[in-house]
Amino acid sequence: MSPERKSRIAELLDQHEKELLASWIDRQLQSVSTRRDLIDETELREQSRQLLRLLGEAAVSGTDDIQGSAWEPVREVLGAMSRSRARLGFTPSETAMFVLSLKEPLFTLLRQQLGSDARAIAEETWNATVLLDRLGLYTTEVYQKGREEIIVRQQQDALELSTPVVQLWDGILGLPLIGTLDSARTQVVMESLLQRIVDTGARIAIIDITGVPTVDTLVAQHLLKTVAAARLMGADCIISGIRPQIAQTVVHLGLDLTTVITKATLADAFAVALQRAGLAVVRAAAPR
Amino acid sequence: MERIPILKMGPVLLVSIQVDMHDQLALTLQDDLTDRIVKTHARSVLIDISSLEVVDSFIGRMLGNIAAMSRVLDAETVVVGMRPAVAITLVELGMSLSGVRTALNVERAMEMLQVASANGHAAMGEGTDDRRPD
Repeated sequence: MSPERKSRIAELLDQHEKELLASWIDRQLQSVSTRRDLIDETELREQSRQLLRLLGEAAVSGTDDIQGSAWEPVREVLGAMSRSRARLGFTPSETAMFVLSLKEPLFTLLRQQLGSDARAIAEETWNATVLLDRLGLYTTEVYQKGREEIIVRQQQDALELSTPVVQLWDGILGLPLIGTLDSARTQVVMESLLQRIVDTGARIAIIDITGVPTVDTLVAQHLLKTVAAARLMGADCIISGIRPQIAQTVVHLGLDLTTVITKATLADAFAVALQRAGLAVVRAAAPR
Repeated sequence: MERIPILKMGPVLLVSIQVDMHDQLALTLQDDLTDRIVKTHARSVLIDISSLEVVDSFIGRMLGNIAAMSRVLDAETVVVGMRPAVAITLVELGMSLSGVRTALNVERAMEMLQVASANGHAAMGEGTDDRRPD
């Protein structure tokens, strides 16, 4: 694309910035995809003004490669905006529409300025379309990335949240598992359990699987691995919280849990643990 | 020649592995240990591996073998002081040392053996106490 053609848009953006901005904001405010509930008018105005100014500056450079250095300020602003909108709960198309909605006022302006020259209008329209489409796609890309970052962070949070090792009594650890056990989680569970065994010198660990939705062969294998590793560290494991359905599944799948003590509820398991530790729970005094 | 020392503490033989094991060393240890068990009439063997940071299937198998040999000679083996990373590695290798007893540290192991032998004596003596070690 030759510089002098490109500069036509730059020229327009420069000369008619104010009216373009005004009509653009008008359109955005009318449009249903603006989501006035998530973003207020002043912020929208500010974002639009900033983007239009940077767009004008970048367009002067004459290149339409939006990955180039001339477009860096535009990319930055758009990126920040997409990420914040992703967090606010905009959909990807609503986010992209912010940029794409500039098309209509820009095309109107082009028509007004290049009135009779149909060829020029077609060409400039095409140039502007290409440019705005690219920017629109860029916002979607950043939006997606922002969302993915959120997902990854939440996954990590969930991983840490869902594998606490608690001390139930001196020498007795509890490991309430919540959610599906996959190999990555088993690794985390195992590591934190074994570390706690070393730290507290626990002899008994109760793995409670009340919060594990399904137990298949893989989950059972992971559980048995954890039990075996704890045993190697000199601690016995009790698996508790086995729901009736899970007991049936275990038998139907032919899983061998006979090497581990299993209990229906955490309370039962805790009673066994106390007994093993040589402790007994007694009523404080007879009620009067 | 390099050897792993075997310490006698009452009825217990204590083996502390602090160097990298290799074939010859393992064979020597097995020879020495079986000899000592027979000579001293030891009832238990403690193998302390708290200094081992890396294990492989060879070490795992060696521990299993030692335990099996001791059992034939009527001595019980307790593997002591395994590190979390080592435990995870052994489990991932599919070696859970099922025939071997384990303890967190030497102190715990001694405690465990004392309880076991006290129960054993009680059962042998009067015949009134019917408690059995777990």
